[in-house]
Amino acid sequence: MDDLNALKTELMDSIATADSLAALEAARVAALGKKGRLTGLMKSLGGLDPEARRETGAALNTLKDAVAAALEARRAALAEAELQARLEAERVDVTLPVRPRRQGHIHPISQTIDEMVAIFAEMGFAVAEGPDIEDDWHNFEALNFPPGHPAREMQDTFYLPDRDDGAKMVLRTHTSPVQVRTMVSQPPPIRVVVPGRTYRSDYDMTHTPMFHQIEGLVIDETTHMGHLKGCLVEFARAFFNVDDLPLRFRPSFFPFTEPSAEVDIGCSRAGGQIKIGNYGDWLEILGCGMVHPNVLEACGIDSKRYQGFAFGMGIERPAMLKYGIPDLRTFFEADLRWLKHYGFVPLDVPNVAFGLTS
Amino acid sequence: MKFTLSWLKDHLDTTATVAEIAERLTALGLEVEEVIDRTAELAPFTVAHVKSAEPHPNADKLRVCVLDTADGEIQVVCGAPNARGGMMGVYAPVGTHIPGTGLDLKPGVIRGVQSNGMLCSEREMGLSDNHTGIIDLADYKEAARAAVGQSFAALMGFDDPVIHVAITPDRADCTGVRGIARDLAAAGVGTLKPARPPAVPGTFKSPIGVEILDEAATACPLFVGRHIRGLKNGPSPAWLQRRLLAVGLRPISALVDITNFFTLDRARPLHVFDVHKLSGGIVVRLSRPGEEVAALNDRTYTLADGMTVIADHDAALGLGGIIGGEPSSVTDETTDVFLEAALFDPVRTAATGRRLGIESDARYRFERGVDPDAVLRGAEAATRMILELCGGEPSELVIAGRVPDWKRTVALRASRVKTLGGVELPVDRQAGILMALGFKLAESEDRVLRVEVPSWRGDIAGEADLVEEVLRVHGYDRIAAEPLTRTVTVTRPALDAQQRRTAQVRRTLAALGLDEAVTWSFLAEPVAQAFGGGHPGLRLVNPIAANLTVMRPSILPNLIEAAERNRARGFPDVCLFEVGPVYRDATEKGQETVATALRAGPGGRRHWAEAPRPADVFDAKADALAVLEAAGAPVANLQVTTDAPAWYHPGRSGVLRLGPTVLAQFGELHPALLKTLDATGPAAACEVFLNRVPPPKAKKDGAARAPLKLSPFQPLDRDFAFIVDADTPADRLIRAARGADKALIADVTVFDVFTGDAIGQGRKSVALTVTLQPTEATLTDEAIEAIAQKIVANVAKQTGAVLRG
Repeated sequence: MDDLNALKTELMDSIATADSLAALEAARVAALGKKGRLTGLMKSLGGLDPEARRETGAALNTLKDAVAAALEARRAALAEAELQARLEAERVDVTLPVRPRRQGHIHPISQTIDEMVAIFAEMGFAVAEGPDIEDDWHNFEALNFPPGHPAREMQDTFYLPDRDDGAKMVLRTHTSPVQVRTMVSQPPPIRVVVPGRTYRSDYDMTHTPMFHQIEGLVIDETTHMGHLKGCLVEFARAFFNVDDLPLRFRPSFFPFTEPSAEVDIGCSRAGGQIKIGNYGDWLEILGCGMVHPNVLEACGIDSKRYQGFAFGMGIERPAMLKYGIPDLRTFFEADLRWLKHYGFVPLDVPNVAFGLTS
Repeated sequence: MKFTLSWLKDHLDTTATVAEIAERLTALGLEVEEVIDRTAELAPFTVAHVKSAEPHPNADKLRVCVLDTADGEIQVVCGAPNARGGMMGVYAPVGTHIPGTGLDLKPGVIRGVQSNGMLCSEREMGLSDNHTGIIDLADYKEAARAAVGQSFAALMGFDDPVIHVAITPDRADCTGVRGIARDLAAAGVGTLKPARPPAVPGTFKSPIGVEILDEAATACPLFVGRHIRGLKNGPSPAWLQRRLLAVGLRPISALVDITNFFTLDRARPLHVFDVHKLSGGIVVRLSRPGEEVAALNDRTYTLADGMTVIADHDAALGLGGIIGGEPSSVTDETTDVFLEAALFDPVRTAATGRRLGIESDARYRFERGVDPDAVLRGAEAATRMILELCGGEPSELVIAGRVPDWKRTVALRASRVKTLGGVELPVDRQAGILMALGFKLAESEDRVLRVEVPSWRGDIAGEADLVEEVLRVHGYDRIAAEPLTRTVTVTRPALDAQQRRTAQVRRTLAALGLDEAVTWSFLAEPVAQAFGGGHPGLRLVNPIAANLTVMRPSILPNLIEAAERNRARGFPDVCLFEVGPVYRDATEKGQETVATALRAGPGGRRHWAEAPRPADVFDAKADALAVLEAAGAPVANLQVTTDAPAWYHPGRSGVLRLGPTVLAQFGELHPALLKTLDATGPAAACEVFLNRVPPPKAKKDGAARAPLKLSPFQPLDRDFAFIVDADTPADRLIRAARGADKALIADVTVFDVFTGDAIGQGRKSVALTVTLQPTEATLTDEAIEAIAQKIVANVAKQTGAVLRG
């Protein structure tokens, strides 16, 4: 028995001191392998008398179990240590910068158009579009600008060579020709907004030769100026996200509307910064009015039965006001720093239900 | 249009403040752009008596003045050379803000002498640039009997507020102060004063006659003239000069100032000729091409055909309705004048003015339409003022042509103010507003007002115009806002399928990491030509800049130039896209919406984990495919050809087609092209023609998508390496492999391509992975082998490829 105790001590020592899985395997083979010490003792049991065999056998089995358990425990510990060592070796400097991923942006003009369309969609407007190159009839004449009328000079027109049939061709000075195209091609009731590029020959701090407008047109039998007001008040408050935003309608003149109005929104200019809200000062944002009977008739709509309103608004200016963009000319420079600063991530899709862009 | 408050009050009896008037003007549609009211600023400057002005004990050029002022006796130190005892001057007390210097006046000790205020010059008061000395009231007629303590500005009218209103092109009547006064009176801001009775009897028959040639009968329907002899021209009186100065006009002489006054006061432009400089009578005719006019603005204009000319028997004197001529103009020596009050056709006047580039107060009014019924009155009023200010003896009027028929009646159904304008207004109130504006009630029956339009309102043509008149005087602010009626409860989509696709494409490209740009629709002609442009109908007649002359045939050059600008700023790595129009010709169909994406530069900065890689043709192709996918194109059915336009690298570019239709082109950009644009590169780009993508098929009844069929059997991959001619497109191998068994083969990809000596000259190896997706049962080894043989056979047949041993 003392021999077994000594053997146990010896085997357990060899297991405990095994410092690698290989050393542990060597210890296992030395104890339990075919030529292992314990295996040898087990084999020698056959030479003992039954009494001694039973006694020694039981003791050997106990020892064998203990050794097996110790081996397993040591194996787990060594495996754990080995994993630890490997992971430690795999350690990296997590403060290193990540692999670059590109983030693209939506231009403020697209975003602003999407926002405006989202609001007008809530009021039942659909989007209509038309070409940038127009003939004189769509851009002026059908809109009640007679030839030679000084009102044409309100808009510095870009001209293209005359068409073969003699028609004067222009870059549209406003999105209003799409009013005409819509009325000519579809019967009332009509409710459309028209975002798009427009052109005027003017280039300074506050004008670019190309800019964007959104036009609105409602034609039915009952819409009057009160509805025009209601529509624009709702729009402006939603767009600028100011519930009590005041609007001021001033009489004005556009050949294609009568009565006509210009619309101001409330603002403050304190400290040279324009802030939108109910602050007592005013800022002009759009022109509008009831569609002139001459325009309806030019488009083949019975002006005795139908009436409605139209409005036209720049896109850049409201975008500048809403997003604090200081300089109009920067819109078209494609400066990456500007696009990334003032642009919008693609998933920021304007939607009245989820909230517009802010 | 600028005028002063006192000028307005010539026509309007009112106690309203400037602020009230300004607010009402804007509410009437006469938008106030600016009110310059110096009343408060100039109030501290009062008349003072200089009791004594003794030399300063310690300074040669200074005087110590003792003043009798509104604040009692005050001592000031003054450096003006004209300061002297006994004079009357203008005193500013300590604390006054001095407009001319921008400083607040402080008490001070100047070289040891106390100074408690100052004697001011005109410049210090901000009245003029005159700083030769302090104001000496002896120089100002109006201030001759001024008392100590009176406001100098009030005494002189320098505090008369100036109101600047923007006049819309329809309101010709409001290009005169009287028209503005009438609008204000109608809106309840005071009452309109009656116009002065004007007629002046002539004492002799004018030796100067006027003839309107037939050719000019529509250009100048009426010309009223008058000879005034024995007058004396010279500076106009101070009140007139001050008014003109206040509204930005330079006083010239009494005669000229009088014509300018009526232009502004009554919207009635006038002209005076020096009779002694005329050769024979006045002839109104149309210009002969090449004829010259030396105008009053010191410029000589060469006339085209058909401009309205006022001439004598020798030559054109001036341009009717636009500008007078220098040779026949009045001077201080003028004693006999011929006065002109005429009517000129608005369209011809506008065309001439625009063509010659002449802006004038006369043109401004004539092209809007001058009151046809006020020509004679204008001539009479002007005569009266000339006689008052210059003396002289008037002839009888000379009248050529006649007053055009301007009378017309317009009907207003009283209900329209509600049904069009949105305001319920009693018919009496509507009539009252129109009467106050000068309309005459012809008859009123059954709630219909029939009104005669006044001669000065050429803009009123129909019922809607009258609704506006009623509404604007009543006040747009009193129109109640009403919500637009909704026809449906749930919002309907605002975009059609095409618009929706365009929106999707835009956000797809941004999601791929490109930044959206919006660039000019026009560019320089040589650039357009390099990109397939050059249609003559797309060249701007009046471009605004040398690099913005033609409509763009492609968005690419704009993006390339933008990339180069960014590179030059130190940001070489540029991924930009634009979804916008390009133009093939000037027709509606000639405009196409194109999604263009550009990836330029090194592809990133050096990075510890991965090296930057410039974008290549396959990045561009991937962008094109992503755009087409977002646009709903049948991407799987597209063919790739290698005939991209010349601006692409000939060997690294391609075209994506659907049958004969080119949907997109892509590739690396041609180095020579980049060089012509002074761009650094490298760059790869794609152009996707969104309008050419077939419209989405209308949904069949029921579900929007086909049911998903999931196979219970695992897919398996088999690899094949083929040797083929080097110029055989990989696409053909893929199609051939796929075509071997369309039911079973789910996918074919290329996992390796290489060339080399081992393969042989002019040959390449293309290795495919074919994915088999069994649907009926797990494939047996025999079945797989059979498929493999079909694949090899089909690829061999279609492409001549052999399986690599």
